[in-house]
Amino acid sequence: MTGRLLLAAAVLFLLAFLLTPTSFAWLFQPVTRNNAPAIYTQTPLWSLTLSHLALVAVAVIASTVIALVLAVLVTRPAGREFLPLARTVTSVGQTFPPVAVLALAVPVMGFGAGPTLVALFLYGLLPVFENALAGLTGQPPQVAEAARGMGLTPRQRLTQIDLPLALPVILGGMRLTAVISLGTATIGSTVAAKTLGEVIIAGLLSSNTAFVLQGGMVVGIIAVLLHEGFQALERMAAARTGLNR
Amino acid sequence: MSDMIEIRNLTKRYDGVAAVDDVSFTVEAGQIAALVGTSGSGKTTLLRMINRLVEPTSGQVLIDAEDTHNLPGYLLRRRIGYAIQGHGLFPHRTVAQNIATVPRLLGWTADQIRDRVDELLTLFQLDPAAFRDRMPHELSGGQQQRVGVARALAAKPDLLLMDEPFGALDPVIRAKAQDDLRHIQRQLGTTLILVTHDMEEAVTLGDRIAVMDKGRLVQYGPPSEILTAPATPFVRDLIGMRERPFHLLSLTPAHAIAVDGDAPGAPIARDASLREALAECLWSGRSAVPVEGGGIVTLAALQAHAAPTARAAE
Amino acid sequence: MHARLDRPGLLFAAIGLAGLALPLVQFKPNRIVLGEGMTLAAALPLGMPLALLLAAVLVAGCWRSSAAWRLIGAVGALVGLVLALGGSAGHLTPPDNTLARVSPSTGFWLTGLAFALMLADAIGRMRPSLPVRWLLLAVAVGLVAVVLASGILDGVSVMREYAARRDIFLREARAHLFLAFGSLGLALLVGLPLGVALHQARRLRGPVLSVLNILQTIPSLALFGIMIPIFGWIAANVPGAAQAGVAGIGVFPALVALFLYSLLPVVSNTLTGLTGVNPATREAATGLGLTSTQVLTWVLVPLALPVLLAAVRIVLVQNIGLAVIAGLIGGGGFGTFVFQGLNQTAMDLVLLGALPTIALALVAGIALDLLVEATSRRPKGT
Repeated sequence: MTGRLLLAAAVLFLLAFLLTPTSFAWLFQPVTRNNAPAIYTQTPLWSLTLSHLALVAVAVIASTVIALVLAVLVTRPAGREFLPLARTVTSVGQTFPPVAVLALAVPVMGFGAGPTLVALFLYGLLPVFENALAGLTGQPPQVAEAARGMGLTPRQRLTQIDLPLALPVILGGMRLTAVISLGTATIGSTVAAKTLGEVIIAGLLSSNTAFVLQGGMVVGIIAVLLHEGFQALERMAAARTGLNR
Repeated sequence: MSDMIEIRNLTKRYDGVAAVDDVSFTVEAGQIAALVGTSGSGKTTLLRMINRLVEPTSGQVLIDAEDTHNLPGYLLRRRIGYAIQGHGLFPHRTVAQNIATVPRLLGWTADQIRDRVDELLTLFQLDPAAFRDRMPHELSGGQQQRVGVARALAAKPDLLLMDEPFGALDPVIRAKAQDDLRHIQRQLGTTLILVTHDMEEAVTLGDRIAVMDKGRLVQYGPPSEILTAPATPFVRDLIGMRERPFHLLSLTPAHAIAVDGDAPGAPIARDASLREALAECLWSGRSAVPVEGGGIVTLAALQAHAAPTARAAE
Repeated sequence: MHARLDRPGLLFAAIGLAGLALPLVQFKPNRIVLGEGMTLAAALPLGMPLALLLAAVLVAGCWRSSAAWRLIGAVGALVGLVLALGGSAGHLTPPDNTLARVSPSTGFWLTGLAFALMLADAIGRMRPSLPVRWLLLAVAVGLVAVVLASGILDGVSVMREYAARRDIFLREARAHLFLAFGSLGLALLVGLPLGVALHQARRLRGPVLSVLNILQTIPSLALFGIMIPIFGWIAANVPGAAQAGVAGIGVFPALVALFLYSLLPVVSNTLTGLTGVNPATREAATGLGLTSTQVLTWVLVPLALPVLLAAVRIVLVQNIGLAVIAGLIGGGGFGTFVFQGLNQTAMDLVLLGALPTIALALVAGIALDLLVEATSRRPKGT
């Protein structure tokens, strides 16, 4: 209960801060030096937040769709041959540092939102894919046996049994992807993507801690909200299946 | 009315090794056939070939003289009920949705489905109003098992296949579940083929027992025949030396050997088995017990019926 | 015929053949201007036969064959590809020209990807035992070291960037390793006792874990940034701190930021490891008369070891990657090259930072995976 109140308070605070950042100048004034501005005003914070979120949303949706399709393909009889390879690629791929992926996307995509999107998309594929794979292959064997024994076609088993049962785990993958993407997108500002990272980098360049703090704070609050939101969804989905995962 | 099942020369080979080797037998309509054997004997593979969860290497399964191979596997399976150990209920669907699975696949109307679900829940002594909307994980083990069987019977299949359906239940609930199953099966007249590793279960439920060993059918016949004339040492071991007289006694109801006369003490039920009659005699120290509705069963008669000589006319 | 086709092999062939058709290298008169792409066939005197040979390996992979053959084919092709890269750099660069740059291009990366996938697939199919996998890892690392030391690739742009700043590179490499391993060490030093303490003190679990969770959500860029003024303040106000090398800019803020990120995996895995031990096992240990400290050190910790090592893997791989950000705040490490390169749009410099980081993360990840597996000693099939 207190958790929900805190979350609600965080949402209200975030909205208020984004809509009228200057009225919170007093909060950041103490950490500025030499009369530097306390609030970043070059670009409105709300617009940076929106483009940041849009970038993350597009990347998360794209990676979820593609990762799900791939996970379904490699768990069908026709794609089974790819399963061991897919597992290896996922575990190896996740060791690739997101920053390095971002930097390597620049020569292909040029500066701007492009490389950030590509890096977020590629990096986001892995958690969703890994979890979808775990969900689709980790069903109780009796359930699969019963479904087959009752005459569900392979497609019916996928859509009516496998995917609904894997939903909580898939949502868990989306949560990881969303939170990682949100943080990595800030680094996208080093290659000129319009994200809240711009505020932080401006702070780093001008040694203005206030900027660093407010950029970090907004991203941090959104990350906590996303994390909690997805977890609530996962709990709902898991409670429905009665599976303790 | 339900159908006769004929299994002809059914064989399944995995990498050249026969898991089921040239098995043939027939189950009459409305009967219960119990497939018994140790693990790895091929009994489950045999069962799963009947609804083509496993495709046979060779041989045929005929339901009412119709070769099941002419039907796509999934359509065949919608016509055959299937219940397994650990129930396999879909954890994300309510009890009613679970039971409605096959009727929905077959395109029944919502009204038909609702009526059928309630009918089955009532049949299995689960109050529809209380259980319809529960999730499987909210049920006890025994209730889950009953819903599993109800689901298998939902589309009124003429044939029901069960793979160790009571394997996950504790002994007390298991005995009750077996009893209920027998009643429901008699009531509906469904032909039933059941896999079990427990000879006691096979004797209690089966009209016919098929004993499987290393993929081969070593003996097929009524329980009394299996008990009194085991075809191979394997069958005799499976029955168990210590158990066989009691298994034999459990096949006959008390009223069948009741004779006129008087005996002291409380009577036993008419269709209580001779095994129960014996237990009652021994426990109460009586040499005869009365049977409800008239007659008595004597210890001497029980003794005679516990030996194979009494049955097989030598 | 159709049944003997190998589907993954078809995929690798599609990727690899596309790669062979695309430019292998980019030739640039100097390091800033856009260059001209050249395919393998055009970039080397013997390029055409070599390209055909690689294509033959790819096509041969489309049919079922033993995993060992595929492994040999893939390794051979990768070596050939790298030699071709080095060879074409030597061939294309005019003698005594220090400005011209030959850098690997799309074709190189795609073809390399195809053979790397083929290699991974072959290893996966062979299901090698643990010792063999250690051996494979050692051979791979050794092979890379030999190729780099041999000077074959010295003409390639990344290596020329390296040659131009060998000393700085070694310094930043040391800084990167110090950041990654130092923060891991700190996290273990603090996180393990904290995890054990939380295991005993149930009530504190929720609050402590949520704080660590929230720490984890702060974007890395911001956490690094916030550390700067904090350390600046410490250097200015804590006596002796400045003399000890603490400063607002430099390695300390980065180290502490990485340490904070590492706490959650270490603490939560310690907790999971300890709570995950079968209660019956613990009960038995207590029943045998072990004190609670003995239960912890003799039973719980050894049984929790795989989970603890899994935390080490998470932290190490994560920190090797995140340490790149230190380059933005003057903390050193490979990130220095990445961000310098991005600022100057000099991709060769970006590669000089990114490639060693990826290699390091990869080796650390695989090695720790093997360690986790070696310690879990699970019965087969579960």
